[in-house]
Amino acid sequence: MNLFDQGLLDTPFGWSIALLVGLAFGFWLERAGFGSSRKLAAIFYLRDFAVVQVMFTAVVTAAVGLVALDSLGMFDASSVYRMETLLAPQIVGGLIFGAGFVAGGWCPGTALVGAASGKLDALAFLAATLLGSLVYAANWSALAPLQQVGACGVVTLPELLHVSAGTVAAGVTAFALVGFFAIQRFTQRNQTSRKPS
Amino acid sequence: MNTNIQPLSSNAQRYWNPYVAGVGLGLTLLVSFVALGVGLGASGSAARLAASAAHVVAPTAVEANGYVGPWFENGSALANYLVFMSLGTLVGGFASALFARRLAVGVERGGQITPRGRLVFALVGGLLVGFASRMAGGCTSGQALTGGALLLGGSWAFLVAVFAGGFLVAPLVKKEWQP
Repeated sequence: MNLFDQGLLDTPFGWSIALLVGLAFGFWLERAGFGSSRKLAAIFYLRDFAVVQVMFTAVVTAAVGLVALDSLGMFDASSVYRMETLLAPQIVGGLIFGAGFVAGGWCPGTALVGAASGKLDALAFLAATLLGSLVYAANWSALAPLQQVGACGVVTLPELLHVSAGTVAAGVTAFALVGFFAIQRFTQRNQTSRKPS
Repeated sequence: MNTNIQPLSSNAQRYWNPYVAGVGLGLTLLVSFVALGVGLGASGSAARLAASAAHVVAPTAVEANGYVGPWFENGSALANYLVFMSLGTLVGGFASALFARRLAVGVERGGQITPRGRLVFALVGGLLVGFASRMAGGCTSGQALTGGALLLGGSWAFLVAVFAGGFLVAPLVKKEWQP
């Protein structure tokens, strides 16, 4: 049972809960240092790994939490809204998005936090984001057929791999931990090599 | 021992440990799943704000548009939970920056680029990200983070593609971010 499956998401009550969730979202993004475009872009030059560390820790926390709540019978995870897999738009869109991320120094959520902390480059980025979405809408009749290339409906990794959600969540956790360990080794090695002997 | 990027001002508090912030963000996402039944989002509200602005200028054309037209069926495109979530994100980010003494008006940039040059890159990047978010049906929040935690195939494809695109283009804009 949640506001989405009860059809109450777009009611004044739903909006107030969304506002509270947004408050926490903005708080944690800012605490992580994501109100800084220098810090965000630095991931692409391997100078700061916070983007990967924060994102994968968050994905693992929420994925494991969801599996845990579901298996304890406290929450039905299948009641959560799931986005369809649209392979071509998601891969092409992802590539364009990545290019825009490193050139612009922001993504939409972090730009909100950057703008709120006074960053004028975040404001410029957000203004252009509005324009970019209008460019998409204006070309909708040409783009609509492409949106269906590689459309597979809702596809989850557990279905794809024929294993349980718990197994995939454990796999993602193990993958993240190996990655975090590698990041630790990499940054330590870089620091010792930079030190004058 | 920490060489992570920190605020430039010596007055400002340091950023929190990325794993601590990650757990906080993950729990926020989990609360969103349980209470709202949907994950986090940011680009959808930007698109709705843009469509609403366009609607003021050209209401008929916007309502006839196949992509944004349906948003106006029940009145305002802004009467949507994503808009309220983004309002919260703005306030939450502002409050956090205020308490950590990280509020500062200015253009953030690398050492090798002028403020004007940096703003041009921000505009180009924003244009690409706004377009791509609509194409992919979400951004790093709505697809990568939310869909990643829901273990969705398309969201993981998007996540990999974002990093691939970023690393591919990074050498071209290296000068923008040189310390």
